[in-house]
Amino acid sequence: MILDAKIPEGPIEKKWTSFKNNAKLISPANKRKFKVIVVGTGLAGSSASATLAELGYEVETFCFHDSPRRAHSIAAQGGINAAKNYQNDGDSVWRLFYDTIKGGDFRAREANVYRLAEVSGTIIDQCVSQGVPFAREYGGELTNRSFGGAQVSRTFYAKGQTGQQLLLGAYSALSAQIGLGRVKMHENSEMLDLVLVDGHAKGIVTRDLVTGEIKTHAADTVLLCTGGYSNVYYLSTNARGSNVTATWRAYKRGAAFANPCYTQIHPTCIPVAGEYQSKLTLMSESLRNDGRVWVPKAKGDTRNPRDIPEGERDYYLERKYPSYGNLAPRDIASRSAKEVCDEGRGVGPGGLGVYLDFSAAIARLGEKTIRERYGNLFEMYGNITGENAYERPMRIYPAVHYTMGGLWVDYNLMSTIPGLHVLGEANFSDHGANRLGASALMQGLSDGYFVIPNTLGEYLSTQFGKKVSTDMPEFKKTETEARAFVEKLLAVKGNVPVDEFHRQLGLIIWDECGMARSEAGLKKAIADVRALRERFWKEVAIPGTGAELNQSLERAGRVADFLEFGELMCIDALTREESCGGHFRVEHQTPEGEALRHDDRFAEVYAWMFQGEETAPELVREPLNYEAVHLATRSYK
Amino acid sequence: MSTMNFHLRLWKQKSAADKGEFIKIHATEIPSECSFLEMLDIVNNRLTREGKEPVSFASDCREGICGTCHMVINGVPQGPGRGAACQVYMRKFENGQTITVEPFRVGAFPIVKDLVVNRGAYDRIIRSGGFISEHTGGAPDASTSLIPKPVADAAMDAAACIGCGACAAACPNSSPMLFVGAKVTHLGLLPQGQAERKSRARNMVRTMQEEGFGNCSNYYACEAVCPANVPASVIAMLNREYIRGEVSQTVGAID
Repeated sequence: MILDAKIPEGPIEKKWTSFKNNAKLISPANKRKFKVIVVGTGLAGSSASATLAELGYEVETFCFHDSPRRAHSIAAQGGINAAKNYQNDGDSVWRLFYDTIKGGDFRAREANVYRLAEVSGTIIDQCVSQGVPFAREYGGELTNRSFGGAQVSRTFYAKGQTGQQLLLGAYSALSAQIGLGRVKMHENSEMLDLVLVDGHAKGIVTRDLVTGEIKTHAADTVLLCTGGYSNVYYLSTNARGSNVTATWRAYKRGAAFANPCYTQIHPTCIPVAGEYQSKLTLMSESLRNDGRVWVPKAKGDTRNPRDIPEGERDYYLERKYPSYGNLAPRDIASRSAKEVCDEGRGVGPGGLGVYLDFSAAIARLGEKTIRERYGNLFEMYGNITGENAYERPMRIYPAVHYTMGGLWVDYNLMSTIPGLHVLGEANFSDHGANRLGASALMQGLSDGYFVIPNTLGEYLSTQFGKKVSTDMPEFKKTETEARAFVEKLLAVKGNVPVDEFHRQLGLIIWDECGMARSEAGLKKAIADVRALRERFWKEVAIPGTGAELNQSLERAGRVADFLEFGELMCIDALTREESCGGHFRVEHQTPEGEALRHDDRFAEVYAWMFQGEETAPELVREPLNYEAVHLATRSYK
Repeated sequence: MSTMNFHLRLWKQKSAADKGEFIKIHATEIPSECSFLEMLDIVNNRLTREGKEPVSFASDCREGICGTCHMVINGVPQGPGRGAACQVYMRKFENGQTITVEPFRVGAFPIVKDLVVNRGAYDRIIRSGGFISEHTGGAPDASTSLIPKPVADAAMDAAACIGCGACAAACPNSSPMLFVGAKVTHLGLLPQGQAERKSRARNMVRTMQEEGFGNCSNYYACEAVCPANVPASVIAMLNREYIRGEVSQTVGAID
């Protein structure tokens, strides 16, 4: 198979405009004849559902949550980037594009990233019009802050709850369309499989999580907006329900999965405290605007941080990366934290933590200002740890936060299965090997509000007169297979809770495919994941039946998929014999311990195609041709 | 790490049609650092190992922002302290304490199973008017309208609502007016929200009544339990907006 990214001709700054000028349109009279299924109601899914319904398409939207307002986009704290240059600090579309490409360690597709930067400003306009209450100055202007990997202030925010406000904005637009009867909303509905007719994505199989009913839904095209797979690590900053199921089952139906080993470990999270822990909590990157990261210079220094004199502290980010300092990008900040902890200079229980210290900022700006900027984060920290961060530095440690990999898509956001579009974190396209802070919200909304409404016509214009219905044998067959999967799970009747397998999987992946990866470790992980998967199918305990709300069953289905996906992730990490962004292979590093890319061999997207349960996946490559920027060694020094 | 023991009374109910009852569980050796929901995870995994059915409860983000979790802990919707149930930590309880956990008791939130209720009524209220009808595209530049910081901040404070339903669960009248008022205040304070201001309040209140919720009679229980700190003043704003809307309509005013 050859991956055709369908990148428009022309210079990079003209590609999107020329695409739109020449794109296939669907007339208003024809739009209502096309039905679109949207799976997921995070930023990408809600914004796409609302926008496509406004345009006149018939939309059916599904989410496994009890309401479309709950998806994990809601938990994003810090902000959303946009090249508005309201601060007059030299920002531009080009700069946002370049920062994102560089931040992604030159492993993202240029044309997609430029388009993202290009529409970023419109997203802010759209959100403000919807009533998103972004932070403002006393005079009423919008205000900005800085995020990692940028030397300008281009991040718009709403307290520490930007994701919540943006999602509620998209949710309100979606709600208006549901109220008008233009979107049919299915809550508590989990996608179990994708239905293909003549090789095209034409429907889905869902399970109603409350009644257990399994049924099929037909449409002209399917949009997966189902988020990332961070929960393969069990402990992550993602919500408990976030999962890989929709994208994984699409993969098993023929959608290529690109760069699964690109995962983001966020540097500022509350450290793991014990085995009982069910998730990790992020402390927004925005805190690094005012907090200084340090550890003691001496190993095993267990003094109260306030008693450690300035001269005996190592502000290691400021020392190693003077021009970016505490705002070094996430992958670099995380790896540096791991390094100092590996040296035995970590703080707190188990030595897995570093300090994020606000005392200098409090002395400079006063506690009131800091409270205004980050009050809810300090409160959250205090609640979880029982410590007061106004008086004592926070303890933080990296945790899995976001996944850059995802289903492969072309410029139109269509996967290798015709008719299957993939938006937001679920696709692979914009962040390369590392995502910059405040760019996830930007991408989710860009894909949903502005990209897919323009690109969907490319596919739909080829689908006149190709209506399908759930009576077709393809639907019956896929439904039967999805039903068999659920029954197989229920038939195991073991006595080990699902969480137990999930936790063990997480430990394997975290140890061997986390912040540092090695050939031996990855090979071991692959064997361990296989063994664990075998045990799962013999020993998992799922009390209750399939015909009711059964949370063990829900989780078991998702963990079964993670147990397969984890293996692919390690295979990808093993095959990519270089270090780039969040993917750090210990065999490939500079003498200073920085990531060492091998552009001659790996300036490519690795997309994996399913070949059957017992067969190794096939690797298909998409070369990354950099026309507008030069490949450079990423430096933040 | 120290551990604690608790006597739990957990609500079990197969469905809205079945009768519910409390089951008693002696939860031993619970790490004192864990959260309330992690304690329930431990209890559920022990039940599962014993071949028994775990107690269903909803949760997702576990950081207090998604509004998925909802339960009444010792009589308090979303439990002691500020924040949602997922933000309650076991160190807030006494070792050996009896803890009663039951679902939200609100007629408009039918029980799904055990501690899980259906809060779809809140979504339906929003669908009837909790938005600004601004279609995608064509929005003016974001810097066009200046919104003074105090106004933007007040809108943000109201917009912080997580839609969890605790306000209705705490209210003796099962009134969701803190929830409705939060949205009406958020959008009503902003210049963008002016066009639909009056119809918004009218429509949302009408849906609220059709769903079977009660009205506010100033108990302030909602404000006391709200995980997002939404102030009860949003209800005053809702009342004003509603009256303005009704009067305008009655006298046939264009605006």
